[in-house]
Amino acid sequence: MVRAMEKYIRPGVKSTPFCPGCGHGILMGLILRAIDELKMDMKKMVFVSGIGCAAWIPSPHYNGDTLHTLHGRALAFATGVKLYKPELCVMVVSGDGDLSSIGGNHLIHAARRNIDLKVICANNMIYGMTGGQVASTTPKGARTSTTEEGNPYRPFDLCRLVEAAGATFVARYAVTQPVALIRAIKKSLLHAGFSFIEVLSPCPTQFGRRNQSDRPEDMMRDLIERCVLEEEAKGLTEGEMVEKIITGEFRS
Amino acid sequence: MPSRSIKTSLQKGVYYLSGNEASAEGAIAAGCRFYAGYPITPSSELMERMAFRLREVGGVFIQMEDEIASISAVIGASWAGAKAMTATSGPGFSLMQESIGYAAFTETPCVIVDVQRAGPCTGQATRVGSGDIMQAKWGSHGDYQVIALAPWSVQEMYELTIRAFNLSERYRVPTMVMADEAIGHLRENMVVKEKMEVWDRKKGKGLAPFGTEDEDGIPPMPSFGEGERLAVTGSTHDPYGFRKTDDPEVQSRLVTRINKKISNHRSEIIETEDYFLDDSEFVLIAYGFTSRTSLYVVKSLRKEGMKIGLLRVKTLWPFPEEAVEKVGRRARKVIVPEMNLGQMAGEVRKFCRSDVIPLHQTDGEVIRPETILEILRRVA
Repeated sequence: MVRAMEKYIRPGVKSTPFCPGCGHGILMGLILRAIDELKMDMKKMVFVSGIGCAAWIPSPHYNGDTLHTLHGRALAFATGVKLYKPELCVMVVSGDGDLSSIGGNHLIHAARRNIDLKVICANNMIYGMTGGQVASTTPKGARTSTTEEGNPYRPFDLCRLVEAAGATFVARYAVTQPVALIRAIKKSLLHAGFSFIEVLSPCPTQFGRRNQSDRPEDMMRDLIERCVLEEEAKGLTEGEMVEKIITGEFRS
Repeated sequence: MPSRSIKTSLQKGVYYLSGNEASAEGAIAAGCRFYAGYPITPSSELMERMAFRLREVGGVFIQMEDEIASISAVIGASWAGAKAMTATSGPGFSLMQESIGYAAFTETPCVIVDVQRAGPCTGQATRVGSGDIMQAKWGSHGDYQVIALAPWSVQEMYELTIRAFNLSERYRVPTMVMADEAIGHLRENMVVKEKMEVWDRKKGKGLAPFGTEDEDGIPPMPSFGEGERLAVTGSTHDPYGFRKTDDPEVQSRLVTRINKKISNHRSEIIETEDYFLDDSEFVLIAYGFTSRTSLYVVKSLRKEGMKIGLLRVKTLWPFPEEAVEKVGRRARKVIVPEMNLGQMAGEVRKFCRSDVIPLHQTDGEVIRPETILEILRRVA
């Protein structure tokens, strides 16, 4: 299985840098599968990322052009690349903190301009690389290294945020929904305009051990149980929906 | 002369322009085809002119959401192959600093025009100052070098903007045009010559884009989409762009090279202008708008028989140590008038043996000839 995707990996890359149980490695593979199924030319792809664990998904691993930028600024760098060379396919892969907190302003403005960028936001609901601090996506009540008593604030709904700002393709899936996720990434690659896919990715090291479980299989099982499709959600009561996460393509 | 009908860069002739407009024309002439910016007084006319001039010449203009986004888009466009620029003033220049460090460390050519106003902070948006001189050199964290030029006329807003692009492309370094409000808003004639020198970045297939054994110290820079599969990162990286964030040797080699590639070419980069220095007992060292006033003072005092001269600093960074040192060998007193509290005077003191007298002024006004005359009468 791994060998099939090897041609998309930069020669010299030996292994992924992610912790055991991290969902980013799965996402890393799923993006490549979408690229493979569409037979995209990696020489015409630019992968832009910010700072954090998710920013290492493409950089330097993917064998196209990779631009590993500053914390929060991936979309601004990507805007410059895309506007000057519109013939290139520019994908932004970064984390929730990077894209929606420090980079929140760039996110809404890139969406407003509906500029043709394929944004994949790996959302682990926490700052992983820096030690598990609260993020703008951390669920209310969740414990982090800066909210030991539980996060007092509610998180962003990133999909509704970017949709309201003007994104023209918006989807959310977890790494536990690989088939649907590959389909969404393919649609995003073929979509002309600003596309945004929020990908829920478990972080056992920083989020899990403080909240549910540091065992990867528990976190994966939890995602499988909690992620429901939009259509399924319609049949559930308010009580049943409390712990659920609605996934699907919200705008396409 | 209005240039709304000009589809290419300005042709040979005399033009009546503001400094900000002249800088935009210099950029177009140098081959700049990407501009990203954010409105800020007193630089906005530069952006406005770039907006319609880039449309005319088939370039890309975008007004971004802030200055951080502007310089970041400029760096992205540069890697896509563009000669790219932005312009701003103090507060925006402050916001840009992290990305300027990124451009220095990733060796990305780009030009930043800072039309300085009176700071700190929001300060006096419509008034003049030279308070960003040290920020140009030290604004971002870590050890890096940039090139910064200081125009004193509309003519030089045009010429030094072209030169900034040339140096930036040649040395793969962010280059700044440190203008000030007075020069940016000044209107006067400028001459466009028939020919001018334009340099482009060195390309190269299959070569390491972030390291070289050449004494020159400047690796080739391919662009995105050329099949080079570039790996660009602001983390410490090896010659091929792989992150090496725990390797002391890679860190030290990279930081040393990006500094040396500038200091090894000081003689090619640094430009100064001498006025009556051969026999001068008193020397003014000045830059930007203040050097105009200084020359006026020098010329009037020469008529009275005073042995006084001017060293005009055209390149702020790297600092013209040798020229200043030479002045210090001869002059009895060196006066450094500037629109800040002595940012360059401190630098002059490092290299000048003679008595250095700073002339501070931070009231948002240009330094008047009387002010310089007064201090000269006191020390002469």
